[in-house]
Amino acid sequence: MSEAIVHEAELRKDYISGKVETIYFGGGTPSLLPLEDLSKLIATFKKLFDVDPDAEITLESNPDDITAEKLAGWKEAGVNRLSIGIQSFFEEDLKWMNRAHNATQAEACIHLAHQAGFDNLTIDLIYGTPTLTDEQWKHNVDKALSLGITHLSCYALTVEAKTALADMIKKHRIEDVSADKQGHQFELLMQWMQEAGWEHYEISNFAKPGHRSRHNSSYWKGASYLGLGPSAHSFNGTSRQWNVANNALYLKSIEQNIVPFEIEQLTPEQQLNEYIMTSLRTMEGLSVPYVQLHWSDKQAEEIVRDAEKFLQHNLMEHKNDRLILTQKGKLMADGIAADLFR
Amino acid sequence: MDKIRNFCIIAHIDHGKSTLADRLLEFTKTIGERDMMNQVLDDMDLEREKGITIKSHAIQMSYEYKNSKYTLNLIDTPGHVDFSYEVSRALAACEGALLLVDATQGIQAQTISNLYLALENDLEIIPVINKIDMDGAMIPEVKDQIIDLIGCKEDEILLASGKSGIGIEEILSAVIERIPAPKGNEDAPLQAIIFDSVFNSFRGVIAYYRVYNGTIKQGDQVRFIATDAEYDADEIGVLKLGLDKRKEVKAGDVGYIITGIKNAKDVKVGDTITLVSNPGEPIQGFEEVKPMVFAGIFPVVTEDFEELRDCMDKLQLNDASLTYELETSQALGFGFRCGFLGLLHMEIIQERLEREFNQTVITTVPNVSFNAYTSRGEKIIVNNPAEMPDPTRLDRIEEPYIKAQIITLPEYIGNIMTLCLGKRGILINQSYLTTTRVELMFEMPLTEIVFDFYDKLKSQTRGYASFDYSPIGYREADIVKMDILLNGDKVDALSALIHRSRAQDFGRKLCEKLKELLPRQQFQIAIQAAIGAKVIARENISAMRKDVTAKCYGGDISRKRKLLEKQKEGKKRMRQIGNVEVPQEAFLAVLKLD
Repeated sequence: MSEAIVHEAELRKDYISGKVETIYFGGGTPSLLPLEDLSKLIATFKKLFDVDPDAEITLESNPDDITAEKLAGWKEAGVNRLSIGIQSFFEEDLKWMNRAHNATQAEACIHLAHQAGFDNLTIDLIYGTPTLTDEQWKHNVDKALSLGITHLSCYALTVEAKTALADMIKKHRIEDVSADKQGHQFELLMQWMQEAGWEHYEISNFAKPGHRSRHNSSYWKGASYLGLGPSAHSFNGTSRQWNVANNALYLKSIEQNIVPFEIEQLTPEQQLNEYIMTSLRTMEGLSVPYVQLHWSDKQAEEIVRDAEKFLQHNLMEHKNDRLILTQKGKLMADGIAADLFR
Repeated sequence: MDKIRNFCIIAHIDHGKSTLADRLLEFTKTIGERDMMNQVLDDMDLEREKGITIKSHAIQMSYEYKNSKYTLNLIDTPGHVDFSYEVSRALAACEGALLLVDATQGIQAQTISNLYLALENDLEIIPVINKIDMDGAMIPEVKDQIIDLIGCKEDEILLASGKSGIGIEEILSAVIERIPAPKGNEDAPLQAIIFDSVFNSFRGVIAYYRVYNGTIKQGDQVRFIATDAEYDADEIGVLKLGLDKRKEVKAGDVGYIITGIKNAKDVKVGDTITLVSNPGEPIQGFEEVKPMVFAGIFPVVTEDFEELRDCMDKLQLNDASLTYELETSQALGFGFRCGFLGLLHMEIIQERLEREFNQTVITTVPNVSFNAYTSRGEKIIVNNPAEMPDPTRLDRIEEPYIKAQIITLPEYIGNIMTLCLGKRGILINQSYLTTTRVELMFEMPLTEIVFDFYDKLKSQTRGYASFDYSPIGYREADIVKMDILLNGDKVDALSALIHRSRAQDFGRKLCEKLKELLPRQQFQIAIQAAIGAKVIARENISAMRKDVTAKCYGGDISRKRKLLEKQKEGKKRMRQIGNVEVPQEAFLAVLKLD
């Protein structure tokens, strides 16, 4: 597979021009990738693209995959930021979510990462599961903060249709998630993180000042990116494309020097809608002059007009020519965005 | 002329009128079995489905009886109280009527009111008990009811089954023997009464008439007296299964005329056709039909207004009893304030718009026509809550009253009393038609039956009640305008004119219903019912708890955008009241309150 990805990178080396500022290994379980493959991939990228010497290179990993040896290897290969899918420090919770790691591993892997010299660490936590009490949630967040990480992503558990979890809930084998609980735990989270002095720079992301994810931030800024491998998405500013998801098909096609993808051309409206949706999720919010500049005065005017009711209900603030969701508004980000869509 | 018989069938809904008519047509070989589509006379899809005749129809049969050839004109009458004027004109075209009663159901209110109309028109009544071969046929009881009602002899009552064809020949014999031949003078000035008209998109309006006196010939110059318009009789003829062209139609007979009229409004039921060259007198009893119930009809999508206007125009071409004028609503945009003969008529118009014209519409709270008198003595006719003058300018309001006739089984008297008194009814008479059949008469405000009366009557009597009404003029009443407010903004399309004593209950139910139907939003929604500034009912819809996607990176962005764009598209079908989104079902909810 990594050979195919290298090959795909070669085939698509002209997709992006300019400096590559971030590289992200995610989706699937890149921490299972053999070290030599990882080194090969990073070396290839550096050869094919103009990779910034200060580039942020992130690797997603599972706690149970993390060993001192692997950490050293990743470091060696050039990885300088680690994202660990901790999810919770509670056994019961991890079991409910059907995770492979246990509570002990969850904590131990962070220490190992620190010892290996990774000072740029982000972990994922999940809230709003039926088994997680408010006290446990507080414990999880406190624990994360006490472990010396620099970045935290917190996700409300989402039950996707047609998953084992959805099926179990449907058959009443396990308790369904409650919007009320999720809303409440999100409110608690915002409050704790604010008290801790962290930036809530995107709905699900918190960072110590200066430690935002540069990679993810670029998604929300509408920057161009190249995605390699099955299912990977790429975006060049006006069109988005995604590779075929099936591994076998992907490999076969790449072997024949053909990148198997589907593409959609975004209309200016769709681009604006994406901007509305992603910018409202960030702490900088939606910039009215930016809309004027890239779209039109009329579009900007209409957005501001439609936002009026959210301002009235204290879900949004309008300051410095920006529309920014309040904490209350962040709980409703989807509906508000949809409402402002053109 | 002595070989002509003009008759109609008086029956309650579902008592088998159409089936019996079909059998008569078959027996007289007016139609072969091959052309037989069940219930030939009900030719509108809707009629067949509802089992109600909406329009009058007529058909001519030839029948040989005792070696003479007879012409039998069967004039079918509408079977619903909304169309009682049309019924009266159809009856005026006949000399006799079959009084058809279902052996399992007995006499119903509708039957009685039409029977009274027939008796007023001096029609010879031939009682027929139908469905005698059904389980549950109560032949002796129904015979008693009929004898009590019209005072006939037992042996004058015919027994029949439209379904299996029992008694058809006896009915035809009785029509010839018992119903008098029409009287009239073929050579007198022409007098023909229009009892119905149909619209044909190729030929224009086809008027059905009965000639009282004189003769109408193809090519005659005719005058429609009430509308004071002259036309050429391009084509005349009699009504067989289709139109059967003739050179002339003489006194006593029933026929049709085509004059190239394109608009149903120009042909008024009850009008008299005469000749320009030798005019006769108008036939008594012409009235302009007045709408009784008014409601707004709006397109679901505001942009479809022009299309809806087109459809309304076309609809009116073949339904002259529909009236409409432009209405503007803040909530619903451009639409029409329509006048209907009654609630069934309103439902029919709505369904025809949907089926025949492919329009989806929002119908607003129906109301009756009120008379408002201002303190300066002006009289304002209020057909729309928006037209109601401000209370400070009002001297008084009058509302239309009806005489309601309900026939039921004795065990339901209590329920009906509770229902009707609760709707401001005054009992004026209670009489036993037979030991098992009681008739109750109430004077009631018409506005009370516009809302949920039929359904309640049905459920309170398990369907064992029949209802009929006739208007009896206007009376002073404490009518108020009740508004619905969403987060403080008035929803004009939900305003209602209602008696003060009923406002609170109605307001509360409406608020509750809206609470069910309005989607949660990002903020709380206050639903209020108010009379002027006074809030009489309130419900709150709390804000959504949480509506935010967890992950939004790379490919998530495009998936989520598509989802939210779909959501936005759905919202476009909603109406914006202030900052509250209202789905179209909410506007219809009012019509479906418990």
